[in-house]
Amino acid sequence: MTVDDRFTQDHRDLRVDPDDVVRSEVITGPVEDWTTDFSHTEPEYAERAPEIWDDLRGRCPVAHTERFGGAWLPTRYEDVAAIAYDTDRFTSRAIIASNFRPPKTTAPIGGSPPISSDPPFHHDARKLLLPAFTKTKTAKLEDATRAFCHGLIDDFGDREVVDAAAEYAQHIPIRVIADMLGFPPEDGPEFTRFVKNTLEGINDDHDDREVQSDDLFDYIFEQIRDHVANPRDDLTTHLINAELYGQKLEPMHVAGTMVLLLIAGIDTTWSAIGASLWHLAQTPSDRARLAAEPELMKTAMEEFLRAYAPVTMARLVKDDMEFAGVKMKADDWVLLPFPAANRDPEHFEQADEVIIDREVNRHAAFGLGIHRCVGSHLARMELKVALEVWMERIPEFTLACPEGVAWSTGQIRGPRALPLRLG
Amino acid sequence: MTLRIDETLCHGHGRCYDLAPELFGEDEEGYSTFTELTKDGEVPPEYAAKARLAAENCPESAITFKEE
Repeated sequence: MTVDDRFTQDHRDLRVDPDDVVRSEVITGPVEDWTTDFSHTEPEYAERAPEIWDDLRGRCPVAHTERFGGAWLPTRYEDVAAIAYDTDRFTSRAIIASNFRPPKTTAPIGGSPPISSDPPFHHDARKLLLPAFTKTKTAKLEDATRAFCHGLIDDFGDREVVDAAAEYAQHIPIRVIADMLGFPPEDGPEFTRFVKNTLEGINDDHDDREVQSDDLFDYIFEQIRDHVANPRDDLTTHLINAELYGQKLEPMHVAGTMVLLLIAGIDTTWSAIGASLWHLAQTPSDRARLAAEPELMKTAMEEFLRAYAPVTMARLVKDDMEFAGVKMKADDWVLLPFPAANRDPEHFEQADEVIIDREVNRHAAFGLGIHRCVGSHLARMELKVALEVWMERIPEFTLACPEGVAWSTGQIRGPRALPLRLG
Repeated sequence: MTLRIDETLCHGHGRCYDLAPELFGEDEEGYSTFTELTKDGEVPPEYAAKARLAAENCPESAITFKEE
């Protein structure tokens, strides 16, 4: 047996050379005009993104900004879908818009395969993950997830007000993905920090961003080394042993995929659970109906995913070109706000209304095309169980103080503070 | 009544096998397949509504259901 020495090096010697990263000026502050200066990182976007999308869709369906070194924001379903399907003209080599652009040489693999990968490599990297994330496989985690949700509610004790985002929604995906990756469950607070740094710190100082990234990869490499020494039946060991084209994976492919699973697995589902509870807390008719007719959960859940889809993806434009009447330049960011697409009245009837028994719901919450969220079956299982347990245990609840609700900024949208009054 | 899954469009969202497990299954990577009941691409008349619902909910419009 040969010793696996792929992970003995410092990841700082394996990563993209920071000198090759193209940096743009960090521009923050209130947005003057959403059509020419949009920013998904400002508090106003967190507070009222759906209104902003509706406004833009009506008068400037593809908005622009000079921030982030140049970026576009399409808001029509048709445009979002067209970009998601067009992997020839839009690359996924970076999928979180920021003031860093990784060098073109990182394509087609990217920093966190397969989400950062382009065809044809993408397909092969994705196949390594798909069998672990089917509906059948993820259903096996349902009983443990249900027990964990009950435990969280038990911990509320007899308090009348709880923060459903911080004390309930957040913990569920953290526990599930920690178990799947084989990470210590008590490291949850660290995961929260990694998620916040990666997704909400996009305007942080360049040097701080590098420190944050090193912090995350230090942790991931520590977990990988522990799994190399003590293999077990989990995704980390699976990735360490996985082969592509007859070879074990490059060390940064293993680490990058683990980063993807950790980051993308947490705040997305946390957001979906929180947004659903937020809706129910302030819509007594829907809450009462769902409590009385639990079988409605199937359609209600899909409707929450449509109306409050947490995820906006990003692409980079490959070469100068024209798209939907605008002139895009090579290396411009393009955001893919799936929640904006999901509220397009051209594509959905009564798009601005939440209809919990909507039967036909062809929404794009998990993306469209080859990058369909690998974890969608897992996310649906978690959302279903989290809402079922909550409704069973706490059928009556309201917003404790609406001004206490805080939504995240950045590409993943959901409540980060959600004070609810129980009973 | 016939059913078709366009394999070039299916990306494994699984709405069809969520909504109509009698008519659709998943392969080991999560892509949609026919079941024993639909293996010839034929839908028994009593499942017409379910087949329509699955087709109408596919995010990729990968399912075609012909009712004649």
